[in-house]
Amino acid sequence: MSGFLASHGEILVSVVKVLVVFIGLLTVVAYLSWFERKVVAHIQSRWGPERVGPYGLIQPLADGAKFLFKEDPTPEGVDRFVFFFAPFLALALAMTTIAVMPLGPRVEIFGHPVWLSVTESDVSLLVVFAITALSVYGVSLGGWASNNKYSLLGGLRSAAQMLSYELAMTMSVVGIVLMTNTFSLRDIVEAQKHGAWNWFFIPQFFGFVCFFISAVAETNRTPFDLAEGEQELVGGFHTEYASFKFAMFFMAEYAAMVTVSFMVSVLFFGGYLSPFPDTPSFHWTFYLPTAGGVIGGVALVWNGLRYHTPLGRKILPVVGIVLAGVGAACALPAVMTVIQGPFWLAAKVFVILFFYVWMRGTLPRIRYDQLMAFGWKFLLPLSLANVLGTSLVVLLRAKP
Amino acid sequence: MSVETILFFVLAAAALGGAANLIVQTHPIHSALSLIVVMVALAGIYLLLGAELLAAVQIIVYAGAIMVLFVFIIMLLNAGKEERTSISRAATWLGLPFAVVLTAVLGWRIAMAQPGPMAPGGEIPGTTRVLSQLLFTSYVFPFEMTSILILVAILGAVVLAKRDF
Amino acid sequence: MPLASYAVVLSAILFGLGALGFVFKRNIITIFMSIELMLNAVNLSFVAFSRLRLLLEGQVFVFFVIVVAAAEAAVGMAIILQVARNRHSLNIERIDLLKQ
Repeated sequence: MSGFLASHGEILVSVVKVLVVFIGLLTVVAYLSWFERKVVAHIQSRWGPERVGPYGLIQPLADGAKFLFKEDPTPEGVDRFVFFFAPFLALALAMTTIAVMPLGPRVEIFGHPVWLSVTESDVSLLVVFAITALSVYGVSLGGWASNNKYSLLGGLRSAAQMLSYELAMTMSVVGIVLMTNTFSLRDIVEAQKHGAWNWFFIPQFFGFVCFFISAVAETNRTPFDLAEGEQELVGGFHTEYASFKFAMFFMAEYAAMVTVSFMVSVLFFGGYLSPFPDTPSFHWTFYLPTAGGVIGGVALVWNGLRYHTPLGRKILPVVGIVLAGVGAACALPAVMTVIQGPFWLAAKVFVILFFYVWMRGTLPRIRYDQLMAFGWKFLLPLSLANVLGTSLVVLLRAKP
Repeated sequence: MSVETILFFVLAAAALGGAANLIVQTHPIHSALSLIVVMVALAGIYLLLGAELLAAVQIIVYAGAIMVLFVFIIMLLNAGKEERTSISRAATWLGLPFAVVLTAVLGWRIAMAQPGPMAPGGEIPGTTRVLSQLLFTSYVFPFEMTSILILVAILGAVVLAKRDF
Repeated sequence: MPLASYAVVLSAILFGLGALGFVFKRNIITIFMSIELMLNAVNLSFVAFSRLRLLLEGQVFVFFVIVVAAAEAAVGMAIILQVARNRHSLNIERIDLLKQ
């Protein structure tokens, strides 16, 4: 058995990585829906999911069960293959980009050095853009295959919007590529070492703004979600999709949000790097995951014991104790080095996702012609100007 | 049988299946989807042959933009299934076998051919750095000409597709 | 036999299939897609030969082929759009006369 492990160690490590990342992504996508509903509700002065389990935490599971058991009608006259294929395509593409994201530095697990990312390549930035380019098909084919005027219009509008903002999104990253001379996401993160002032959102501020706005438009989120707004086009491209297929489109949208958040944090906010510099005086920051886990766990236990339903009074303290235990485990030296990178990355992704949801709760929808004008006439020239400016600065600072 | 060879045959089978499907299908949207499969499979083969930047460009530009244009046009024009029209019998009974024989002969000759004089020492680096050095120094004039070509094509497409308002 | 030789054979077969589609299909958009298939087959043979001869110019040329194919697709689609508007059909047997 140990011989098998020794010779096939690489494959085993890869399989474990894929499983961990994939299951993690599915869980994050499911609970992102809970998070969004809670935050938007509190912005709108109401409670959000409260009844299905304590704090509504079982809501995603209930939604999943609903999607499994709901009737799945197929409208007459649809193109059956494309109708069944489009949501699969959208979901598969949205789940794939996480494979090239650098989730942590090179760490030692049980004595073996391993890079914390599922895979890595020299052109991982381009891989992400390639997958984003292909995700236009999920939307447009879904809209067309429904044999429904509103779906077709919504799908075409959505696809045209995604194409237009894809240009601005790609150009706004060229500044970073000029500064780091590489397409590899891991090298881009490593170039932002030694403290938060080295992160690229400072020198590439316009690139960051441009990228974030384009990415929000690319993922069809408010304020750019005209193509799927209820007041405009019923459901847009996913009108005719019922239970499980709608769930797939839904999950694809959230997975795309998570991908964009990862991209923003990797490209502009240092990825898995800590905002504090690497000097020994800041070694206390290594205990931040521990502190977060323990404090969160204690708060959960405290609130859980006084929760208003008996079920909550049983579940929440248990969850709190588990969280505190995980936090305490982060203080062990073996775990502490491993958990630093993913912890900071998770924190940044969480902040950006909160921003996404905050925008959804606050901003009104932009009209379609305003949207296209904004993308072509403002964002694209801004990103091109960013490229020009960055290349000038790089040229002038280059040592002859 | 290395992993690379197995992977190549899987991708080649996908490309051949997509190409055959392109011809066999009656609805143009299915042909378009098959062509996208061919392009993605070819991008995988480019990766196996060491051309990383080209694989990424193939997916971003060819499969992600040009084919989107095709799909848009098919949706906008509401292209339906092809009608069955009569093809000349001579063309089918003579042409198809001839095409198969021609392809077989070509393939066999290529397979039997000795690869010509190779530069010594393994791999060409198909990395972005080397490729772009070549592109921007020796071939900068064709590069700029293609920019003008794209500009002309944009103008041409806009003018040609206008409705008479 | 090195991998790139298999790729050249594949490129020949793909080109043949593209030519078959070009000759036998009736819908003008499908004919255009067969042309794109032929261009892709040629790109594959360029990359394969670039690997066999260890010359990077093959990949540079593929770059240009992709760009020209994009320009051609844009203009071609505009023409097809106009033809479809005027003749109300995408069947090449209906649009093969200069004037109806």
